[in-house]
Amino acid sequence: MSRVRVLVGTRKGAFVLTSDGQRQHWDVRGPHFGGWEIYHITGSPADPARLYASQSTGWFGQLIQRSDDGGVTWQPVGNEFSYDGVPGTHQWYDGSPHPWEFARVWHLEPSLTDPDTVLAGVEDAALFRTVDGGHTWQELSGLRDHDSGSSWQPGAGGMCLHTIVQHPTDAGRIFVAISAAGVFRTDDAAKTWRPVNRGLRSEQIPDPTAEVGHCVHRLAMHPSRPNALFMQKHWDVMRTDDAGESWQEISGDLPTDFGFVIDVHAHEPDTIYVIPITSDSEHYPPEGRLRVYRSRTGGHHWEPLTSGLPQRDCYVNVLRDAMAVDSLDPCGVYFGTTGGQVYASADAGNTWATIVRDLPSVLSVQAQTLP
Amino acid sequence: MIRVALPAHLRALAHVEGEVSLRVTGPVTQRSVLDALEARYPVLRGTIRDHATRRRRAFVRFFACEQDLSHESPDTPLPHAVAIGVEPYLVVGAMAGG
Repeated sequence: MSRVRVLVGTRKGAFVLTSDGQRQHWDVRGPHFGGWEIYHITGSPADPARLYASQSTGWFGQLIQRSDDGGVTWQPVGNEFSYDGVPGTHQWYDGSPHPWEFARVWHLEPSLTDPDTVLAGVEDAALFRTVDGGHTWQELSGLRDHDSGSSWQPGAGGMCLHTIVQHPTDAGRIFVAISAAGVFRTDDAAKTWRPVNRGLRSEQIPDPTAEVGHCVHRLAMHPSRPNALFMQKHWDVMRTDDAGESWQEISGDLPTDFGFVIDVHAHEPDTIYVIPITSDSEHYPPEGRLRVYRSRTGGHHWEPLTSGLPQRDCYVNVLRDAMAVDSLDPCGVYFGTTGGQVYASADAGNTWATIVRDLPSVLSVQAQTLP
Repeated sequence: MIRVALPAHLRALAHVEGEVSLRVTGPVTQRSVLDALEARYPVLRGTIRDHATRRRRAFVRFFACEQDLSHESPDTPLPHAVAIGVEPYLVVGAMAGG
């Protein structure tokens, strides 16, 4: 029978949650790296026993941890992230030029085919890659060298490259999202990039339809339909069907279209999930009611999913990397909150239960379906 | 031998308990001690000093003999008591409120 492993990164360590295919009873292991911020912990699609974790603190900087046994034991690997060449500057909050400075790794995206190859999205926004299992990292500087690079500005959370989406069959095509620059796409395996933000509208920037400058919070793709991407933007839920050439708003009847997470059902490419958050100044669910919204029509029409979720006095947030799906049938959906709860649904969102409810603030949730 | 005291997170990373004893050849300076520390425990590279610039990370402090050496030149000789192993060289995580 298949099993599920849910990898949880928190403000104070990593946790590994495992269950059988029923997903009713969970074993909770951790904290690993107690006291450290784990922005992301994830597994290789090519080898589920191979895990990587981004471990950092403001005091002691960045480490990358690697496990070859599904998270039982870990070893630190390379932690040197040096920008390629002379880094130059981007814009600071006040509009002045600011040197690119490495702060941390926000997101790790293992190769779909090689467990030793991993992409890393970092702050200040750049893309790095290892091809030796994390021992050494090289910047893929074509992204930062884009003509617009010097004009990128940080969002409130820093200038981070937080989302990496790989095309399922075309190794040359990758999408990344940067706050607050927007979405960029490469078709030549990261040598050159171009912004793909047409159709986005952001009232928080001087030119609301600018080519670059949008605060994209998260992208999601179903592998069976790689030209269709879904986006949770600062405000607005968006969709493209032409690999980012044009975006359309699909917020529809959501109670608010601000939020951070978005994900796609494992078996239904038009079934998507978001968690509406009140506003950019009130980072908690509307009316204190934690609701996942599901659209079975690829957007526009949304249904609230509330069974098992707190419907009063709930003022947590769900951060951009903190939702995931497994590939069992029915599809499992998971998310973690800044209040330390990890919720699971074993029936595609119809009902929810907490796996664990008193962890440190959750930064990321990743699900692995194991044989 | 030079005695070095590390904060808890770095002791855990290096898998050490208590102080670390290091043999340093040549002048005993902050640079030579930290070079020896990182040579013995490569996992600590980048956690105390920046990989490229070798500058102290902002929230790491260096103390010895009840003095704050954080802003001293890395090539200034450490106090004699540290050099002969009477006093430890302290690598400290800066205090954070809250």
